[in-house]
Amino acid sequence: MRRFILIALPYLWLLLFFLIPFVIVFKISLSDLALAIPPYTPTLSWPITWEALKEFFAALDFENFTFLTTDDLYWKAYLSSLQIAVISTIITLLVGYPIAYGMAQARDEWRPTLMMLVILPFWTSFLIRVYSWMGILSQEGFLNQFLMWTGVISEPLQILNTPVAVYIGIVYTYLPFMILPIYSALEKLDGSLLEAAEDLGCSRFKAFWLVTFPLSRAGMVAGSFLVFIPALGEFVIPSLLGGSETLMIGKVLYEEFFNNRDWPVASAVAVILLLILILPIILFERNEQKQREADQ
Amino acid sequence: MRRFSWFNATSLTLGFAFLYIPMIILVVYSFNASKLVTVWAGFSTKWYGELLSNDQMLDAAWVTLQVAVISSTIATVLGTMAAYVLVRAGRFRGRTLFGGMIYAPLVMPDVILGLSLFLLMKPMFSQMGVHSIVLAHATFAMCYVSVVVSSRLVSFDRSLEEAALDLGCTPFEMFRLVTLPIIAPAVISGWLLAFTLSLDDLVIASFTTGPGATTLPMKIWSAVRLGVSPEINALSTILISIVTVGVITASLITKRAAIRQMAEERAAERA
Repeated sequence: MRRFILIALPYLWLLLFFLIPFVIVFKISLSDLALAIPPYTPTLSWPITWEALKEFFAALDFENFTFLTTDDLYWKAYLSSLQIAVISTIITLLVGYPIAYGMAQARDEWRPTLMMLVILPFWTSFLIRVYSWMGILSQEGFLNQFLMWTGVISEPLQILNTPVAVYIGIVYTYLPFMILPIYSALEKLDGSLLEAAEDLGCSRFKAFWLVTFPLSRAGMVAGSFLVFIPALGEFVIPSLLGGSETLMIGKVLYEEFFNNRDWPVASAVAVILLLILILPIILFERNEQKQREADQ
Repeated sequence: MRRFSWFNATSLTLGFAFLYIPMIILVVYSFNASKLVTVWAGFSTKWYGELLSNDQMLDAAWVTLQVAVISSTIATVLGTMAAYVLVRAGRFRGRTLFGGMIYAPLVMPDVILGLSLFLLMKPMFSQMGVHSIVLAHATFAMCYVSVVVSSRLVSFDRSLEEAALDLGCTPFEMFRLVTLPIIAPAVISGWLLAFTLSLDDLVIASFTTGPGATTLPMKIWSAVRLGVSPEINALSTILISIVTVGVITASLITKRAAIRQMAEERAAERA
């Protein structure tokens, strides 16, 4: 009995607040916009009769989804989100790997401190960290001041409100998510494997490439998913740093909901975003599952 | 065999410079006397004064604190239960779905979580407000808590629990007397994580809020959309300092607990 309650309580909570909401989003994505409260039709009200149910299901259609395909805005937003997410994941991997590698090679007594230095930004407000780049990247910002002072450029560059600023923002805010899994993979690495490789005549670089790199693959995969998936639906970063010309689907959804108050279209956008994300999420969970089994 | 080369030193220095310089600039310029954020005009604490006399900001801070404390407490209870179920309950019907529901919110974009929770709760409550933000935050934060706690549950010695049961404990007593003290550091850091996630959240709170429930991130958001402001720099500095002190304290506590536990285990072995 106790076991049942223990399982049932978190289970029902997640069903109610996580799974059922998705069913509702799906249902509303098939509804039509209406000038009423709530602002969509059809709605079900008590008592639910068989007739009412039939009418209800008959009124659902895929109109919102056809609308999404006819308007360029949505296509472009999905594609540009994908592009931004892929490129920034690759950059984060390239930036994060050497840091994780350096941490794993550092002396034992330094490692807790280095670890804390990576975790600290992760605990600091996301919004504030994105905001901190506004003052750096703007026309009269610190980066332009610095570049002009060193004489690299004579005119300030336009960086804020371009996709470049979005890339910088994503790499900056998601970097800890990349470093930590790679670091934990590298930390577990058995040093004697590298010694063996070198004894067998590998150069240091070759030993790295043939031993360390493949063994840190699981960490790289986990880190890449942890960056790619949330970056695809990112809203705060493109809104603050990307300006009006950077299209991202998270921003489109937000504006559809808050500015146009079109719940059905916002829901349809969410459903498609979810469909794009399902495969990476499943792959990510598989990877995590494999890791957990390997650890146990 | 660990080798620390110039390459490693350079990548660590550059990496940490990249992570910290933006925040350091923010903190330094919160003490700038000028309204222009990028031009230094001498040291001043006037923005802190203005911040503390801004009643709207203080109200928002109070709302945020209430939401964070309540939601992270609910999240910790539910998340610890969920972790225990995941690691200890063995197989049961629907376990895969359960695991999926724990891990999916960790990577789900905020806009989707926010929209779906809004659509669920809008008909549930006559008015949305602090309570609906609390429910929303508790839901996604419990998943983080359960990940943190389950990693501790996986790594600890099950024979301690079995011993407690052999010595006549009921399962609940076993949990209270053996399991909970051992996983306590993870439960505490889970609570802290849930607390900061709630403190931080803009998107989900914007979807699930109602009249009179403006949180600090929502205030910050409407201010920074207009550009950089020294008052927000001051607020950021305060928040960064709180987090820094919190994280350092938490890591010291966990470190001390780990050392004590190691000493106790060693003493037990000797006895």
